[in-house]
Amino acid sequence: MENAAIIGIGMTKIEANKVRETFADMVWEAVNKALNDAQMTINDIDNIITTSNDFWDGRTISCMAVGDASGARNKNVSCVEGDGTFGAFYGLTRVLSGSYGTTLVTAHSKGSESISSLITNAAFDPIYDRSLGMDMITACAMQATAYMYRTGTTSKQIAQVSVKNHGNAKNNPMSQLPMDITVEDVLNSEMISDPLHKLDCSPVSDGCCAIIIANKDRALKYNDKPVWIKGVSFCSDSYFLGDRDLSKAASLTKATNAAYKMAGINNPKDEIQVAELYDAFTYQELMWLEAMGLCDDGKGSELLENKYFDIGGKLPVNPSGGLLSGHPVIAAGLIRIAEIVKQLRGEAGKYQVHGAKLGVAQGVNGLAGQSHCVWVLGKEK
Amino acid sequence: MSENMVIDSGNARQPFNYSVGLYGSKFFKELKENKRFLGVKCPKCSKVYIPPRKVCGECFIETREFVEVGPRGKIGSFTILRYAFIDPETGEQKPVPYGYGFIRLDGADTLFQHYINISDENKVKIGAIVEPVFAENRKGTIRDILHFNIVD
Amino acid sequence: MGKKRVAIIGTGQTYHKSHRPDVNGQELIHEAVSSALCDADLTIADIDAIVIGNMDHFEGINYVDCWSVDGSGGVMKPIIKLTTGGTTGSTIAIGGYHLVASGLFEKVLVIGWEKNSESDTTGAITTAFDPVWDRLVFAGAISGLAVEAQAYMARYGATDRDGARVSVRDRKHACNNPHAQLRKEVTIEDVLASPMLADPIHLLDVCPRTDGACAVIMANEDVAPKLASKLDWIWATSSRHKYTYIGDVNWGELDSMYNASREIYKKAGIKEPNKEISVIELYQPYSFAGIIWIEDMGIVPRGKGAEYIWSGATDMGGELPINPSGGVIACNPIGATGLIRCAEAAMQVMGKADIRQVPDVNFAISTGFGGCMWTDMILHGQKKPDF
Repeated sequence: MENAAIIGIGMTKIEANKVRETFADMVWEAVNKALNDAQMTINDIDNIITTSNDFWDGRTISCMAVGDASGARNKNVSCVEGDGTFGAFYGLTRVLSGSYGTTLVTAHSKGSESISSLITNAAFDPIYDRSLGMDMITACAMQATAYMYRTGTTSKQIAQVSVKNHGNAKNNPMSQLPMDITVEDVLNSEMISDPLHKLDCSPVSDGCCAIIIANKDRALKYNDKPVWIKGVSFCSDSYFLGDRDLSKAASLTKATNAAYKMAGINNPKDEIQVAELYDAFTYQELMWLEAMGLCDDGKGSELLENKYFDIGGKLPVNPSGGLLSGHPVIAAGLIRIAEIVKQLRGEAGKYQVHGAKLGVAQGVNGLAGQSHCVWVLGKEK
Repeated sequence: MSENMVIDSGNARQPFNYSVGLYGSKFFKELKENKRFLGVKCPKCSKVYIPPRKVCGECFIETREFVEVGPRGKIGSFTILRYAFIDPETGEQKPVPYGYGFIRLDGADTLFQHYINISDENKVKIGAIVEPVFAENRKGTIRDILHFNIVD
Repeated sequence: MGKKRVAIIGTGQTYHKSHRPDVNGQELIHEAVSSALCDADLTIADIDAIVIGNMDHFEGINYVDCWSVDGSGGVMKPIIKLTTGGTTGSTIAIGGYHLVASGLFEKVLVIGWEKNSESDTTGAITTAFDPVWDRLVFAGAISGLAVEAQAYMARYGATDRDGARVSVRDRKHACNNPHAQLRKEVTIEDVLASPMLADPIHLLDVCPRTDGACAVIMANEDVAPKLASKLDWIWATSSRHKYTYIGDVNWGELDSMYNASREIYKKAGIKEPNKEISVIELYQPYSFAGIIWIEDMGIVPRGKGAEYIWSGATDMGGELPINPSGGVIACNPIGATGLIRCAEAAMQVMGKADIRQVPDVNFAISTGFGGCMWTDMILHGQKKPDF
């Protein structure tokens, strides 16, 4: 892949309910932060990709709300519907194609404005599934059962992901739920859908993130802290839950292997120093880690217990606190990318992973991790 | 061959709480309490926008200055609706015909979308002067204005 | 210019009809995909990535990229969803172009689809507009277009007969297109006698609603010449999605069309578009747009659109045929509509348009329209771009 870099990032604080702010207000804040971070003005932006979802926003053509706030009025612009990592992917191709030197990518949503279960219920097939009343939580609970059955992972073990990530969030001023909790707190929290307790689930959140991608000629023009895009890929599994082996994330493995190959990574366990993953539920962090070859299949829980994934461990995972500490859908994956950028720049403050040179970020679309997008980012070109 | 079936979604709906934001909230408070229209002025190009919004899209700059516009204005363009469709907000068909148009409120540079009273269709023309008719019980929504009447 | 030049190597469309209860959404998508694969003589295994689009609230399905994979062929492949309202079909074509041009994928499948029969179309379109400011008093897409027509008529004195002439043209052209939903010739009098929907728009001035899908396969310059003998090269793309609020629109002129077309002409060095372009597939949802928007495109000077239409210049056999397919007035599965324009332009360039073929096509333009008076545009060429 030809060289391209992320040269600016900006995000709002993740909050339970930004009742005072419209989508455009959030985008305006994130975009201006990203421009300032990159030391650019809107005139330096060649084209724009906004990322949103018409269901979450309660509006057909949801991108219409944020055109002016993202500076798109007289520029080429398009909209990806899905996680922000997918929006960023399209933004990257528009740079690699040679059409544009820089792309501004935004992603936003406000979970506070709707009833999440009704929104995710609409992702089920209207003919065969929807009337059964399933939503994202129940789908993922079934996946958790399948994963835990296959690998022997226990509720107590997955609870430790929650303890770690809420603990990490205490060092991240942008996170929604920094918390000092114990495994017992997780196990004693309300059972939402077996085997997932309330503290196994990410919260409902509002937030926005923006990043700026530049081609190799422009990457060093505005500032001296580009983070290079080493490998990136995405892949979807089958749709119907019954068509998949729910205990495994085959499409994530395929996407990850393609991204590693592009990045020239042969031994991810040794070569990658930090990961920001889509931990919408505790078990997912372990499941995604295993599917991405960042630890052996079924061994995630054991390594977790040995503090392997802590900030001071061999492979810190979600040092920012992850989705469990704040989950604005759509923005969530783009925030993972921005967090890796912070780590590789050495700008992550109290949750900095020392010496991080290569990191991986992941985003998810669809029910129970059907479709994944994986980004390998590096400090070196 | 069997008949092709259709599955009805019934009354499935997804309710939302849309945030109005600071600029809009100020507009609706003023509309509700004082029957006044507030626009915002771009500090760079001086364009006066209605609805008021935080960002001038042309200049990519934050607006700060609220200015009163209207209540009178001129029809920028219009149509008269003669077919009924389902209003997604109510699930009911609106009675037809009714007038619909874009009004350039005095002092504004953008147009304000609303209904136009068509009791005399011959008077509904681009450039005609109009004034708003307000609802008795105003709730702080765009329907606090019932419609615009043409002024002779 | 791109890292890789890109060509369209195959297109496919479904049987378009107002209601297709014989297929569900995935099956409808699959019908278009199979047809495009057949046209390009490929199998789904040859496809490296998929771009899909529709408008969510017409069918009420969230995460369509994920839901559609059984029909699209996206199982264990990269699939991404783009959606921008009416412009969706052209937006995904531009998306497919960039995915291939980036060098990351050799062959990309682009799919646009809609089952408009599954909901109330106007009600769903109304939800596109701002819920606080615009939606509660919005009077439907047809009324929005009527407002544009009124503004234009007031400025240039055009009449509803002028609009009807465009409808007569497109409906006549549609009779040559086996994919068109409505294939019936009408007269000016028929149009004017059809029910008035929103002054000055009559029923026969506007598009129908349609169930249908379209698929287009794009390949990079390394493989395209080996895969197909007739290629449609994509020369340039542009999009202007200018407005956020409907009252900001400059009614009577389509600013986005003006800006998008000038960007395209500049990129390709086109100086006299009415002479250098051989055919246009215009996303023209109602008749008056066929007059107004060709002025914005710079085909004719302002105020001269109607005269140009009456001259027959845009009819088949004229100087610059517009909508040989019959256009949107004859067929409108919204999420597919923009991609159908792209596919029809590609067929014209490739010489595969059968009895609706315009002779000796060098450059063709396809457009997309939607959102808040937004425009997408693609320049198609018979020769490989030299930049």
